[in-house]
Amino acid sequence: MPRLSADARHRVRFELNGRVVEGDAEPRMLLTDFLRHDLGMTGTHVGCEHGVCGACTVEIDGALARACLTLAVQADGAKIRTVEGLAPAPGRLSVLQESFRRHHALQCGFCTAGILMSLDYYLRHHPSPNEAELRYFLSGHLCRCTGYAPILTAALEAARKLLDAPAHA
Amino acid sequence: MKPARFDYIRAGAIAEAHAALAKDGDEARIIAGGQSLVPMLSMRMARPAVLIDIMHLPELAKIEVKGNSIRVGAGVRQAELLAWPELAERQPLLAAALPWVGHAQTRSRGTVCGSAAHADPSAEIPLALLALKGSVELSSQLERRRVAAEDFFTGLLSTARNDNELIEAIDIPCRAAGHGYAFREFARRHGDFAIVACAAIARVDGARLAIGGVADVPTARDFLDLDSGVLNDALDEFAVELEPRDDLHATADYRRALVRRLGRATIEEARRCRV
Repeated sequence: MPRLSADARHRVRFELNGRVVEGDAEPRMLLTDFLRHDLGMTGTHVGCEHGVCGACTVEIDGALARACLTLAVQADGAKIRTVEGLAPAPGRLSVLQESFRRHHALQCGFCTAGILMSLDYYLRHHPSPNEAELRYFLSGHLCRCTGYAPILTAALEAARKLLDAPAHA
Repeated sequence: MKPARFDYIRAGAIAEAHAALAKDGDEARIIAGGQSLVPMLSMRMARPAVLIDIMHLPELAKIEVKGNSIRVGAGVRQAELLAWPELAERQPLLAAALPWVGHAQTRSRGTVCGSAAHADPSAEIPLALLALKGSVELSSQLERRRVAAEDFFTGLLSTARNDNELIEAIDIPCRAAGHGYAFREFARRHGDFAIVACAAIARVDGARLAIGGVADVPTARDFLDLDSGVLNDALDEFAVELEPRDDLHATADYRRALVRRLGRATIEEARRCRV
């Protein structure tokens, strides 16, 4: 690959929630800013911008990632999922999102996009989690509203529902 | 908080990475998982002129058992090593330490070698590497060399890597018969930087304890007499020699107390695990 010059913008193309998207980015542009400002996908939130708070968590090539710790140019050619990809259809929520709503697992909603991405990933890979495992996994996210208890309740309920009827994920 | 400008090279071969390092020297930085480097870029604590991405080189993305060592390539992510089915059997200390590295959401991107390269004094991977007497494999256009962990970590965020060198892999000795291994750490919240981290290896004739989070580099000490009173005195002495400092997270006194108590508990756990 040629050297991408610092002073120019370069074409970046990747699959976002199943659709190929593209835009231009300087090498220094973070994936968070590329998603939000260039692609208009503002569901991914920017909190601490140094990898601590978890608000910007997305999936890159099937693994969780902090979008703020990823450069847009690193994501060229990747498959990315963001919170916009969770709902099965317009006007419908996923099982996990619905559980969040029912249990008041969010208040201001700032951290929610990242937490949903993490839990969506976790429940797919660990369909019968216990509370201790979820607490350990959620240590990668900060929420200053809920005290986490309703988030755990929502996640456990979503896990049970998904086990009963996985097709409705 | 946005990084300053830099060029970006996605290396298509190790030789390309070597060439870029030779050309740009200390103006160049390797980027692998980026979990430590990108925050440093965003806070402008690092301002390289060029970043060399090595995550598209399949030859670096391998975990191999070579002789009596595990060779972990520079492209191997922490989560990949943690998920390696042979890990607990081959090296229990590493299996015990890795779940403490950052969070699941950063281990999925961060690399094992990247953590060694970053050389944070409270990081678990450098600590395990030192405790186990592992080594780092460095290569450049000119030569290839291996540096023992105890010579590799030279100071706060500093290593023996030369500006033209790429860390190709780290080598970690496999478990030895008759040895026991244990890892413990104390932090305010899980995933925070360790206030004190301990890695212990128990042998038939003593124990080795490595401490992270206290001095500028992880530091190891061998204890030959594990008699309770003698060990307590030796741990007291070790805790003082590490020269703990007060900071926002803990006082020097508190760190000394943790080295003694957590260090002792870790050694005892390692002794119980001897097989």
